[in-house]
Amino acid sequence: MESVARSQSATGPDAPVSSDSTLIYRQSRWTRLTHWIWAISLFFMLLSGLQIFNARPQLYIGKQSGFGYNNTIFEIGAENTSAGPRGFTEIFGHRFDTTGVLGWSGPPGNETARGFPSWATIPSYYDLGTARVVHFFFAWILTTTLIVWLVASLVNGHIRRDLAPRLDDLKRLPRDIVDHAKLKFHHTREYNTLQKMAYGGVLFVLLPLMIITGLALSPSMNSVLPFLNEVLGGRQTARTIHFTVMLLLVGFFIIHILMILAAGPINELRSIITGWYRTDPPAHDDKTNERSA
Amino acid sequence: MAKFEISPNFQISRRKFLTAASLGASGIMLSGCDAFDSQLSIGSGLRSFLENANGLTYRAQRLLAGRDALAPEFTEADIRQPQRPNGVTAPDDDTYKGLLANNFADWRLEVSGLVEKPLSLSREQLQNMPSRTQITRHDCVEGWSCIAKWTGTPLSQVLDQAVVKPQARYVMFHCLDTIDRSLSGDIKYYGTIDLIDARHPQTILAYGLNGKPLPVENGAPLRVRVERQLGYKMPKYLYKIELVDGFANVGGGRGGYWEDNGYDWYGGI
Repeated sequence: MESVARSQSATGPDAPVSSDSTLIYRQSRWTRLTHWIWAISLFFMLLSGLQIFNARPQLYIGKQSGFGYNNTIFEIGAENTSAGPRGFTEIFGHRFDTTGVLGWSGPPGNETARGFPSWATIPSYYDLGTARVVHFFFAWILTTTLIVWLVASLVNGHIRRDLAPRLDDLKRLPRDIVDHAKLKFHHTREYNTLQKMAYGGVLFVLLPLMIITGLALSPSMNSVLPFLNEVLGGRQTARTIHFTVMLLLVGFFIIHILMILAAGPINELRSIITGWYRTDPPAHDDKTNERSA
Repeated sequence: MAKFEISPNFQISRRKFLTAASLGASGIMLSGCDAFDSQLSIGSGLRSFLENANGLTYRAQRLLAGRDALAPEFTEADIRQPQRPNGVTAPDDDTYKGLLANNFADWRLEVSGLVEKPLSLSREQLQNMPSRTQITRHDCVEGWSCIAKWTGTPLSQVLDQAVVKPQARYVMFHCLDTIDRSLSGDIKYYGTIDLIDARHPQTILAYGLNGKPLPVENGAPLRVRVERQLGYKMPKYLYKIELVDGFANVGGGRGGYWEDNGYDWYGGI
């Protein structure tokens, strides 16, 4: 019953009409365009960011980096052992051997000491200056696109209609988690609760936090917004948060891709390229739904 | 039947999509490899296009920070360690070693170029001018930070004494340390800042660090502090300040040693 009600509201009087009743216009051009600009920007920002990190593959807590004392919470490095050079990653004092990927990597026989491996950085060789050029270029693109999306989505109702959490979302959450765990997807016009949490979390928490912590790393912006680092706990803490948010965004990306593949990649891709999305046909029992998913 | 049980059919499809997913993800990551390397070297089209953003970043920072917004200053309690030295920490140059052997008694700071009154200042003369002491955070382009107390002569006072000509736009710093070697000889560190940063109240020619004379590894006898920019904009082992109207005669033409090697000229971020 609930799913019938949901698909009816999705194809309500305001929705664009298709001759095929299950095909609905789901994503506006603003959503589609900004989505792909973000995808490209985040790709370049991630790989240039990992290159920048390689210049100092350590993370600290506080205002400064501890050289005369220890405030390092994360480190990627290389060390000489009796078995030859090994790469390691140390998190909160726990050390892991990450030879081949983190700390010590490269073509067999030509390994070098480097934080993230060459396949994960732009440029592939060590070049901090170039990585900064790439990183800051896409930082402008990403930030501008986020602002454009925010304005467009407030105007066209995308945020209010699709992303704003409702009481109903909370009630649906347990069912939603079970459905996702079973890879059982309902193709409706609306986002489900977990989707709202994921997209809302990225757009309203992670990306703004990325921009804020990025600005907090700038000595010139520190003279404009001196309170920023005080709120964040110091410049080195801001850098650690910047890195952590990167990990969360990578986590989001992986889950995002898995969910698309599981929910039907053709249909999902069509909706983010053309806007048109095939919803589940109105059904009275769950079996029909399951088959089409 | 338990709620979470998955049918055999379904399990296969899940395995399939997990395989496909990891293949897809690794494909995307692999493409990051060296696909862009050749397009990103200095002077190439894509690199020059992307560098346009540096100009935007510079203008945005200048607009927001204005002339005199101060970098945060800290307290004595924040000085928890010696200032970390970086780059050249013991110049191997004969000139420098000669000056050091005599404890810099023969060292002079030359002020030349587009000025009305060229100067040659001894350490005593500089130290007799009004000084400024500030506890600031040094941010290296690599990502680390270190808080220390710096004492020195505001650069603006030296510039006023030399009387800067109106056509001057940048202050160029000449250093005694060899940072690199090229076919045409040793390259000594050099860099530039504009007159806005040169006249910023926190821009000082530092001769003191944490209450003591500036040590060799941190740039003795004199180094620059430009507190709203990154460390590579604060040359050490200074011996000459030259007022210039452009970068044409500054190394490779991008305004500094590291700039010629790909760093942005404005190191504000």
